[in-house]
Amino acid sequence: MIDVKNLWKNYGNKVVLEGINVSVKEGEFITLVGASGCGKSTFLKLLLGTETASKGSLLLDGKPIKGEPDSDRGIVFQQYSVFPHMTVLENVIAAKGFAEKGITGLLWGRKRKEAKAAAERMLDKVGLSSSSHLYPHHLSGGMRQRLAIAQALMGKPRILLLDEPFGALDPGIRKDMHALVLDLWRSEKLTVFMVTHDLHEGFYLGTRLWVFDKLRHDPQAPDAFGAGITFDLPVGQTDPKHLETIEENMKEFSHD
Amino acid sequence: MKRLLNQQPSSFTRVILGLLPFIILIGVYVIASDIRLEANPNDKLLPSIAQMSEAIQRMAFEPNRRTGEYIFWVDTFSSLQRLMLGVLLAASLGLCIGLLTGALPLVGASFSPIITVISLIPPLALLPILFIVFGLGELAKVALITIGILPFIAREMQRRTQEIPHEQIIKAQTLGANTSQVLIRVLLPQLTPRLLDAVRLSLGTGWLFLIAAEAIASTEGLGYRIFLVRRYMSMDVILPYVIWITFLAFLLDWVLMKLKDRLFPWQRQGGHS
Ligand SMILES: Nc1ncnc2c1ncn2[C@@H]1O[C@H](COP(=O)(O)OP(=O)(O)OP(=O)(O)O)[C@@H](O)[C@H]1O
Ligand SMILES: [Mg+2]
Repeated sequence: MIDVKNLWKNYGNKVVLEGINVSVKEGEFITLVGASGCGKSTFLKLLLGTETASKGSLLLDGKPIKGEPDSDRGIVFQQYSVFPHMTVLENVIAAKGFAEKGITGLLWGRKRKEAKAAAERMLDKVGLSSSSHLYPHHLSGGMRQRLAIAQALMGKPRILLLDEPFGALDPGIRKDMHALVLDLWRSEKLTVFMVTHDLHEGFYLGTRLWVFDKLRHDPQAPDAFGAGITFDLPVGQTDPKHLETIEENMKEFSHD
Repeated sequence: MKRLLNQQPSSFTRVILGLLPFIILIGVYVIASDIRLEANPNDKLLPSIAQMSEAIQRMAFEPNRRTGEYIFWVDTFSSLQRLMLGVLLAASLGLCIGLLTGALPLVGASFSPIITVISLIPPLALLPILFIVFGLGELAKVALITIGILPFIAREMQRRTQEIPHEQIIKAQTLGANTSQVLIRVLLPQLTPRLLDAVRLSLGTGWLFLIAAEAIASTEGLGYRIFLVRRYMSMDVILPYVIWITFLAFLLDWVLMKLKDRLFPWQRQGGHS
């Protein structure tokens, strides 16, 4: 479904990503790991359309991916991805409204009733039905991310992008969130890209693990080379040794 | 004994401590006025409280002999009307300008420089032009207030729009929202409480321009009255008027603050989540 061909991205003289060649099939669940600042979020932004490639191409179904966000690609950020002025239920209903044309995207009558029912079903799925009348600032961090996911899925995206969605959560809550995401990935038949800082997370979630790292290194000019995908591993069949070497690599990278 | 830095007043002492300066101020005034009136009963500079209440009694509760109007209330009404109209106009225009320039880069690029330049013009210098263009009627005064505070509100709203996390705007687009849906459903509702804040901050300036405009050309209004009776050194009218204006300013501020808490239950410190 997605084909990345010799993709480069640089900001001014700083090369962030270089020479990425990879393709992704519908329904894959890819976790992206790598040292801080190596360009994982940048890669997601390219997929999302808020950044454009400096060189190379990024194809969705053989056509260049759209240069602005649209309903094909849903996103959940680490924070700020729900609307603070709407209650939990309104947040999810609004997602349905935004799918309509029109000036305000407000729903009326039968459409609103349907949207409300669908929103309630979705909230039930993510375990938020008892909080549907609360405003986001009343929610815990984990509940807020559940809401963000519910909202993103309401837009029926084909691709779901998650940028360290659980980075700010406690380990216990993170476990629950993993179960939720895996469950939704299967039931909604999504293609998922998830950035995480936790390598172990990457090793048992999903179907494929990408490690971003610099392929070449010049200590005199740290900006001259960007990161590429150094490991592209199918999850489930990997050697635990791999985990150690990758972990070593990431440590080295973040030390300098 | 704790350090001064760490000593907190109890809620009772807080009230007493807050009232104390007012009581001292009034006390000092009463004594000073007494001393002066003792020396010269016709002294006009520091009228006694009795003289002031008599003046207000005359202006607020007895019809004027010549016109039959209750001058104090006529003044209050016309001043508040001008202020409200001016502020309302500035707030609605400022909201639109700020929202559009803050949210749409193309609009921002073309309007931000001119707004900055306009905000540098001293509004009082425009007053003669306003009088020439709009005549000496209500319109010129309302326009002065509007022009006086519009740049501030517009720029404040622009900054507030840009402050809303971009993640929300991207999120709305991934849900299929078009430009107007993002403006109306995501940005506008989050700007309204911030608009009330901006209005509160600009009310002081609004009063300034109101009184200036009334002082120069008017036939009634709180500012007009103060400047009119100045000729007769009627401090017994001026002082109560100043206190009344201060009270009205306080009241407006308070109402706006309460309104904001009441209308926007989703608001908390920081605001976004
Ligand atoms: N708009 C920009 N202008 C200039 N440089 C940028 C910009 N956005 C990102 N960068 C740079 O690109 C590099 C990669 O950033 P990116 O956010 O993709 O890293 P990341 O892998 O997501 O890191 P983290 O794990 O900390 O989130 C960083 O060094 C950053 O300084
Ligand atoms: Mg990142």
